[in-house]
Amino acid sequence: MTTSTNQMTLSELEKATQESTLTRWMYVLRRWPLIPFFILGVLVLCAIFSPLIAPYEPEKDQLRAVLAMPFWSEPCEEGQISNKFQPCNTNGIGLGKDERVYHFVLGADQLGRDLLSRIIYGARLSLSLAAVAIIIGTVFGTTVGLVAGYYGGIIDEVIMRVVDVFNAIPYLLLAIALVFVLGQSFAVVAFVLALGAWAGIARLVRGQTLQVRHFDYIALARVAGASTPRIMVKHLLPAVGNTVIVATTLQVGSTILSESILSFLGAGVPPPTPSWGADISNGREYLGSAWWVAFFPGMAIFLTVLSFNFVGDWLRDRWDPRLRQI
Amino acid sequence: MRTFIIRRFIFLIMAILAATLIVFALSRLQGDPRNVMLNVGYVSPEQWEAWGEEFHLDKPLIVQYFIWVGKGFFQGDFGESLKTGKPVFDMVKGFAPASLQLGFAATLFVLFTGIPIGMLAAVKRGTFIDAIGRTFAVFGQALPPFWLGIMLILVFSVNLDWLPSGTRGHDASGFFEKLQYYIMPAVTLGWLASAGLMRLVRSSMLDVLDSEYIKLARAKGVGNSGVIWRHAFRNALIPPLTFSALILVGFIGGTVVTETVFAWPGLGQMTYTAILNNDFPLMTGAVLVFTVVYVFAVFLIDILYAVIDPRIRYT
Repeated sequence: MTTSTNQMTLSELEKATQESTLTRWMYVLRRWPLIPFFILGVLVLCAIFSPLIAPYEPEKDQLRAVLAMPFWSEPCEEGQISNKFQPCNTNGIGLGKDERVYHFVLGADQLGRDLLSRIIYGARLSLSLAAVAIIIGTVFGTTVGLVAGYYGGIIDEVIMRVVDVFNAIPYLLLAIALVFVLGQSFAVVAFVLALGAWAGIARLVRGQTLQVRHFDYIALARVAGASTPRIMVKHLLPAVGNTVIVATTLQVGSTILSESILSFLGAGVPPPTPSWGADISNGREYLGSAWWVAFFPGMAIFLTVLSFNFVGDWLRDRWDPRLRQI
Repeated sequence: MRTFIIRRFIFLIMAILAATLIVFALSRLQGDPRNVMLNVGYVSPEQWEAWGEEFHLDKPLIVQYFIWVGKGFFQGDFGESLKTGKPVFDMVKGFAPASLQLGFAATLFVLFTGIPIGMLAAVKRGTFIDAIGRTFAVFGQALPPFWLGIMLILVFSVNLDWLPSGTRGHDASGFFEKLQYYIMPAVTLGWLASAGLMRLVRSSMLDVLDSEYIKLARAKGVGNSGVIWRHAFRNALIPPLTFSALILVGFIGGTVVTETVFAWPGLGQMTYTAILNNDFPLMTGAVLVFTVVYVFAVFLIDILYAVIDPRIRYT
């Protein structure tokens, strides 16, 4: 009786250890956002090395490949291609024997441009716009937040009311109007996106600074004769650094979303620059015949924003759990 | 309490003034507004001057600003749309009902998904239900709204043919037939806000469930549903209340996108078309309307918040 119980326990133990590999992986995945990090890594590589990675030129149209189907279409002979209207057609002009087999992993859009290549180049645009906007927004927002929190009083009051007023204006409408008035270009769009990012960061940094500035070491630094800029940069900034990084990471996702909305509405960086939002806008017209034109760029935005949000949440939980409730 | 309200009211006036300044600056950054009207063909110098006098362009910018604000706020006269020639005020009035109805539908969606899902996720913390709830929230905050709308059309209109793909359904008769037109736009407009509300309800509910007075209630022998509904629910809803202002912000931006995707004849689409057409009187008027609505809503919510939760400091 006892032996059988022991044996059962042993086999159960064995089973438990076998399961524990999976459980451990689950634990690791829960603790470290490995999948989001992987997706972001691939994205950054795509953005930096897009000419090397992309199979085609993103702006090259090939009439034979108009609305070509993605990878699950039947494989064709050399020089043939499937699109919505005709599987494996050779309706191109001058298809030589040595013509390469066109293969579009994610299909092609209404001008026969390879979607995968456009998504890869789109990553370049989205990430660089977001990076520039976030850097401008973070530097400005952090400075404003530090000044408001450190000085307090009337300066704080004025700055925070400006932030409030800013938050009271519908951002998206202002952004669209600004882009059209100032002209559509990379710099303008980046500036407009930065405009949407700074206020939130300023508010968080100010709140953090208000707490830190009463600490003894700040008073001691002042007694030791440190100048105000020095106290801010050397003593306050490191203390609120975690908040800044967490707030910034949490902001990236919404900045990328804003960018995609702007380019969807035609207020982004003008074509033919490949942009996810603009590609979705093109794909709308072909929903009935070629849904992939609108589907894949949206998937790219979704996965990117999702990954940034996961990393942001993870950073917040690790570094700044006080921000949790937001 | 009274100083609190006065302070908030002063801020409200300041915010609206700032908004008018920004909107006015935007409309003048474009250059002389007369240039927009030039596409009608030949314009004689006399006509040009007459326009200048009619729109007060011969006066300094500051004076122009005050004329615009004064006429707008005291006479409801924001000029005429350059495209249609109708008064801006009338156009806004004409397009507003559609947007309000959409906003109402989306609000219903937000309330009837965000709060129950958030509560369920908190009560069943760590279970499968919690996981589903959090997935709902995570998706809502990462899905590009316009793409969500297009994908809904792809699935439910193009492939399944269950729901109409857009417009407000003028020809539709009967309540339920009309209702179909609201489903997808409301989900598109509301999911992001619902996700935020769900997260907030969940975390606030978790906080409350963890508090001493809930433990006391349980120790006294109050049943589970009694604890949740009678004791926890009301207190857990205070923090999400402030969030309702943010819902509105999301809606104001979101209407532009949602109405464009679903060809919904509302203010968002009107504003967007106005911007595309360089129709500056209409654009400035519409942005101003959105801002005023938003600022007033925030004002009301602030006061409501202070009334509901006496613990708030009136600063």
